[in-house]
Amino acid sequence: MTTAARVGAGLDAPSGQRPARRRRRRRNERVGYLFILPATAHLVLFALVPILFSLYLSFHEWTSPSFLDAPFVGLDNYISLFSDDPFWHAMYNTAYYTVLSVPIGMAVSLALAVVVNQKLRGVNVFRAVFFMPVITSWVAVSVIWITLLSPDAGLVNYLFRLLHLPQQNWLDDPHTAMFAIVLINTWKTAGFSMVIWLAGLQAVPPELLEAASIDGAGKWRQFWNVTLPLLAPTTIFLVITGVIGGFQVFTPMYVITEGGPLGATDVAVYHIYQRAFEEFSMGYASAQAWVLFAVIFVVTLLQLWFIRRRGESNLI
Amino acid sequence: MSRRKTLLGVLRALPTYVILSLVGAFMLVPFLWMITTSLKPSGTTFSYPPDLIPDTFDFGNYVNLFTLAPFGTYVLNSVVVTTLTVVGQVAFCAAAAYGFARLSFAGSKSIFVLFLATMMIPFQVTMIPLFLIVFKLGWVNTYQGLIVPGISSAFAIFLLRQAFLTIPRDYQDAARIDGAGEFTVFFRIFLPLVKPALATVAVFAFMGTWNDLLWPLLIGRDESMRTVELGLAYFNVTSSAYEQPNWPLMMAASVVSLLPVVLVYLCAQRYFVAGISLSGVKG
Repeated sequence: MTTAARVGAGLDAPSGQRPARRRRRRRNERVGYLFILPATAHLVLFALVPILFSLYLSFHEWTSPSFLDAPFVGLDNYISLFSDDPFWHAMYNTAYYTVLSVPIGMAVSLALAVVVNQKLRGVNVFRAVFFMPVITSWVAVSVIWITLLSPDAGLVNYLFRLLHLPQQNWLDDPHTAMFAIVLINTWKTAGFSMVIWLAGLQAVPPELLEAASIDGAGKWRQFWNVTLPLLAPTTIFLVITGVIGGFQVFTPMYVITEGGPLGATDVAVYHIYQRAFEEFSMGYASAQAWVLFAVIFVVTLLQLWFIRRRGESNLI
Repeated sequence: MSRRKTLLGVLRALPTYVILSLVGAFMLVPFLWMITTSLKPSGTTFSYPPDLIPDTFDFGNYVNLFTLAPFGTYVLNSVVVTTLTVVGQVAFCAAAAYGFARLSFAGSKSIFVLFLATMMIPFQVTMIPLFLIVFKLGWVNTYQGLIVPGISSAFAIFLLRQAFLTIPRDYQDAARIDGAGEFTVFFRIFLPLVKPALATVAVFAFMGTWNDLLWPLLIGRDESMRTVELGLAYFNVTSSAYEQPNWPLMMAASVVSLLPVVLVYLCAQRYFVAGISLSGVKG
């Protein structure tokens, strides 16, 4: 404010303005808290408290939801975990599922993205079609695929017969059940990763591909030596989130195989779910959940360490 | 001349179209199978070779769904739970995101980091205590129990905060000089400017809630509180153990459960893509 204005306003500005500004700032602060209050209260009650409560549970012998004074058992839950073979079998299945589903899913979705990235008439229709399974719920997917993979009357085995391929028992055979779930998962989620790959592909500068083509690189070499290295941030993102998601897989096993046949698709979260909500060993199941979280955390850190060691630290 | 050019172009693109159509068929045949099976008479067992297109269409399953099973109740429950979750999530998260992005107050940064940190803890870890809390509140088998835990999301706050940050500061200042209060600035100026991001959040909340199984499985224990997904899952799980499941009826139920999602997808396709690309950029 100029002196004239100050005089005009009839105020002793230096001393009169400061409290006003402070008052306004304090009011501003209060408004700020007001805006974040509902979400923060929700965070405390439904995220922070459950996290701490879960740790507390894992040190107690908690067996019923109405039972509040559960005995403290120290590290017992964690100690008995180490000799719990069915749990480690489920962890092994989880790792097997992840190792199988992440690369297959990424390769298929990248291929889809490359194909729909071309400027063609009607390509948007195909993009929408490939996205259809993504929006479909897992329960509906399971109903569809259980019947398609039925050993004696399913469409897939019928196609196999037409093509003179051996008949499979798919979901009924412990040797193929997990693989069948990986196939279903790929069908369901490829469209999602496709969209992420597509965003990456569209950020590749066309001049670089042109330059490579002038240097005599064919389409394949352009893809391997120019496009794929430039997609590294997308690849890293999909691997890391894919592995985390793979370790947390639950719904397909719950609705399609119920962990069977013979425990072949019993994965960690399904195992934890059964301990907690069918046997009501909530303390023990909480300890299992924390061990699962620790495994995911360590695996993620290892991946980040590996990426950084390869000198791509600028990507994370 | 130009016609010959386009013809040549189509010919050159022919292999691509063949690949696209084959993959498209692989993606769509399961849906076709679902629809045609739902139009076979109730209780039909599968014939061999499988008939993808039946000779006659029977809409009886769609009638049975609402007369034999309380499927109407499931639909109503899903609609109530999904609508309130979407509205709540948009309101809660938009307000919080605006606070973090646009208002200054002590502790703003550390509280926001706390939100981000909880995103790292998987749902499986909090699922058991969350159930116990809801149980203690007496919310098992209630709408509150199904809705309230999902009414705010750290990811949505993160996404909306990014959107609010892109708006120039002048908008805020100009409105304040005109004497507008913080709430007017928020409702009249900022909310309309981030409509696309709000739509993305709404679409994700809708999809996540409508298709969710795990939480309704824990909370909707009574038949009267089941959602569409849960009702469908119960058809599946309970029937397979004892008897041949009634596949045509279940397919009809699947079609009904899918309709709202397809409708929303067709209307809001670009928000789906925007949201997914954004989640990719985040990494």
